[in-house]
Amino acid sequence: MEKPKVLSARFDLPDSHRLEVYRRTGGYRALEKALREMTPEDVIEEVKKSALRGRGGAGFSTGLKWSFVPKDSGKPTYVICNADESEPGTCKDRLIMEKDPHAMIEGILIAAYAIGAHLAFIYIRGEYWYLKEIVEGAVEEARAGGYVGANILGSGFDCDIIVHPGAGAYICGEETALMESLEGKRAYPRIKPPFPAVVGLYGCPTIINNVETLASVPPIILNGGDWFRRLGTEKSGGTRLFAVSGHVERPGVYELPMGYPMKAMIYEDCGGIRQGRCLKAVIPGGSSAPILTAEEAEACTLDFESLAALRSMLGSGAIIIMDETTDLVKVVYRIARFYAHESCGWCVPCREGTRWMVKILERLLSGRGRTRDLDLLYDLARNIFGTTHCPLGDAAAWAVYPAIEKFRADFEKYVTQPTVALTTVPAG
Amino acid sequence: MTLVPVEAEKKIDEIIARYPVRRSALLPVLWVVQRHVGYLPDEALAWVADKLGLTFMDVATTVSFYTMFTRRPLGRYHIQVCTNVSCLLGGCEEIEAHLKKKLGIGFGETTPDGRFTLSEVECIGACSWAPAMQINFDFHHHLTPEKVDRILDALP
Repeated sequence: MEKPKVLSARFDLPDSHRLEVYRRTGGYRALEKALREMTPEDVIEEVKKSALRGRGGAGFSTGLKWSFVPKDSGKPTYVICNADESEPGTCKDRLIMEKDPHAMIEGILIAAYAIGAHLAFIYIRGEYWYLKEIVEGAVEEARAGGYVGANILGSGFDCDIIVHPGAGAYICGEETALMESLEGKRAYPRIKPPFPAVVGLYGCPTIINNVETLASVPPIILNGGDWFRRLGTEKSGGTRLFAVSGHVERPGVYELPMGYPMKAMIYEDCGGIRQGRCLKAVIPGGSSAPILTAEEAEACTLDFESLAALRSMLGSGAIIIMDETTDLVKVVYRIARFYAHESCGWCVPCREGTRWMVKILERLLSGRGRTRDLDLLYDLARNIFGTTHCPLGDAAAWAVYPAIEKFRADFEKYVTQPTVALTTVPAG
Repeated sequence: MTLVPVEAEKKIDEIIARYPVRRSALLPVLWVVQRHVGYLPDEALAWVADKLGLTFMDVATTVSFYTMFTRRPLGRYHIQVCTNVSCLLGGCEEIEAHLKKKLGIGFGETTPDGRFTLSEVECIGACSWAPAMQINFDFHHHLTPEKVDRILDALP
């Protein structure tokens, strides 16, 4: 299968983050084309045609999202680039911002033109401070080059960009929580609907897209939506950056077309399981995605539909690989602790439920577990699912109950053979 | 008041002027203040509240939501060890044990000389290069106990 480089084409060029390199390699031509030859509606149509789906996790159609912005609201509209990459396993937006920040900036400007926004924000997680500096440098270069600010390329279109730092909170990756944070508040998610395209930042229509989603837009405008869609599958267009971590010989970030076989990715691109061991399980879309058995993983393809059919998801494209030596109870416990730590505390099923799951898993790991704890944990996770204010609760549940369904023996081992239990459990 | 130097205040005024709504500048302004003061004591929150036309409680309740804002002084080097799933699979337990032994402190503690604070953090986005840590804002990847020694020994 061919592996075209669309998003990572510039990653290995020296000074790839500089405007000069970006322009030399076709940069800002898509913006020029959009501003001079296309109406905002044309841009949205082209993005719809491309079958580009959000790279942050939810996988919603980007073009459709843009088309939801009302044209006659009489309010200002905004574009937000979600650079709060925090989903465990995910480290791909980092590379775009470090190696090719202008691709993201050009995507933001095209999105702003499409929805008539004159101000855009790039919300970068606080831990990525060095990237904030690179991105700010790129925005200033783009401003000096006439791509950001007033009357862009003499077209009469104005758009400014503000780079905004987060300060350590996973929930800010959730779009409405991010908007609360950007408004200078605690990042409590908002009830949806209304959706941000209608009532978003400052109560105004707002489009919020992931870094990789926006960086995919310039090549779509330049080469056409059909070209992009054909790189992937009918419903999941294009290529994608997959962040592979865990027990493969060569973990890393790989650009692969949508629909690429997971088996080829693991055994060819990533060099197989470390030390010739066997594959045990894969978490395919960041820590929130339900776990896959080795058989499921080796049979699936890397696109939204294939993983949805397995009742999992491609999420943020973070592929976590676990070999036969992995203690899945420990893995699930660590992920459960993460969600308990990151729960914003606003709604009860998530605030209480995530902590109860941690307590039950601690009981199992310390050898004090009972058989009924497995059912209790399972039922608890099922009761969190679908009952919370935002998807964080669902994610926490998804990290737990499918693992019990598929790897029950791993959990039972801690009840029937207490000798395998850890003598001490790290403090939560 | 000398809590925030004149230069920093100038930078803060520039930041505030960029935003269409004043309160939006709260996180970036807190970052500037934390960088200059080292942490966010009550006086700093009061100063920021005054600057943005907010109440002390507006600022305090926002600050407490975000793990990177600190209400207490940290060591000169804040070592933040990721122990989330990819780093766990990559062997972060060995790194954690090594750091605790080497520094003689646990997570959330600072060495008596004020040089190091050790913290456990959630995913820092270094999953494909695990195990990883950050010292202040610098990333360190593919850690081994020996590499940790080299990194710490080379700090000025």
